Amino acid sequence: MSAPGTVSIVIVSHSRDIARGAAEMVRQMVGAEVRVAACGGNAEGGLGTDVAAIRAAIDSVWTDRGVAVLVDLGGAETNSESAIDLIGPPRASRIAICNAPVVEGAVMAATEAAGGADLATVRATAEAFGA
Amino acid sequence: MKGGLTSSVAGGAGWNAGKTADAAAPGTRQPLPPVAPADLPSTHPLAARPAGPLPGELARRALAAIADHADRLSALDRAIGDGDHGANMLRGFGAVAGAADRLAAQALPEALQAAGHLLVMKTGGASGPLYGSLLDCMGKAAPAVGPRSGVDLAQMLDAGIDAIKLRGRSDAGAKTMLDVLIPVQMALASGGAIRAARDAADTGLEATRAMRAKRGRAAFLGARSVGHLDPGACSAAVLVHMVCDLLEEAGR
Repeated sequence: MSAPGTVSIVIVSHSRDIARGAAEMVRQMVGAEVRVAACGGNAEGGLGTDVAAIRAAIDSVWTDRGVAVLVDLGGAETNSESAIDLIGPPRASRIAICNAPVVEGAVMAATEAAGGADLATVRATAEAFGA
Repeated sequence: MKGGLTSSVAGGAGWNAGKTADAAAPGTRQPLPPVAPADLPSTHPLAARPAGPLPGELARRALAAIADHADRLSALDRAIGDGDHGANMLRGFGAVAGAADRLAAQALPEALQAAGHLLVMKTGGASGPLYGSLLDCMGKAAPAVGPRSGVDLAQMLDAGIDAIKLRGRSDAGAKTMLDVLIPVQMALASGGAIRAARDAADTGLEATRAMRAKRGRAAFLGARSVGHLDPGACSAAVLVHMVCDLLEEAGR
């Protein structure tokens, strides 16, 4: 079912394969009730991240409950911040970049989201993994 | 006429006034020469393009400068990052240069913001949002007629530096582009001439060699980042020199 009741997850990696693989792990381990979008690689298909693609990924799983974004390294975080800037208020305040390992963080965030937790709780759970 | 936009940046009483022996009288200024097409492959977007009004010229020169140094930027980034800084900067500034004609039709404040937006969207690495917010906020801080002095430019740069600090959650001394841009801004703000800005860029870049990275990919290396120049500081220095070249030519 589409899940207006749960926080959604966006996975942003420099690698398309890593992003897709992490999303696949989330779907297998958590199930389909949490919507997950994967976003990886630059606009040319190489390693990197792409602001427009990140924005589109967030839009694709948008829910007013919020979206938790998991990022791998440097540019993924900076470009995700830019994408959130472009989305702008009021939605920007309901998007959280989690300071967590991308695979483990995504699974933990999705597990928490599946239980109906709010965005702050989802983020805290993801971030607690690495603490 | 392009002379109007050109002189709005390079001219004015404040710029260079009394600071260097080579400060030229405003009346002796010549139109900007075209970018040297001989240095670029014939397929290069800059090849055989005429010089345009300032924003277009800046866009083309920025790409030419980055293209000249792309290999070095990537080599520096391979040492302490992921090796793609040259390629990312080429992609981002390639998009800006590709829009040079459109930018040339805009006033400098709007053109800088538009170029910043292109960098954010097209670069593909962390340098995109960082350089993008630099240009965006420099444009927002620019006087409507463009900067008329080094101090005007310093005020624009100050706004851009603040944006980078915010976006990158960084500051001076963290082995980043800020270690070039902040000294350049200070040199200009204190009334320094173009040469002082160049020297500040070079000194700032060299100072990153001894620094330990606190931000970006190099931060993972910890102490092993010491002994390498920062690639972002290097690209910043390349761009500072490009702007200085343009200002000197315009003021000659």
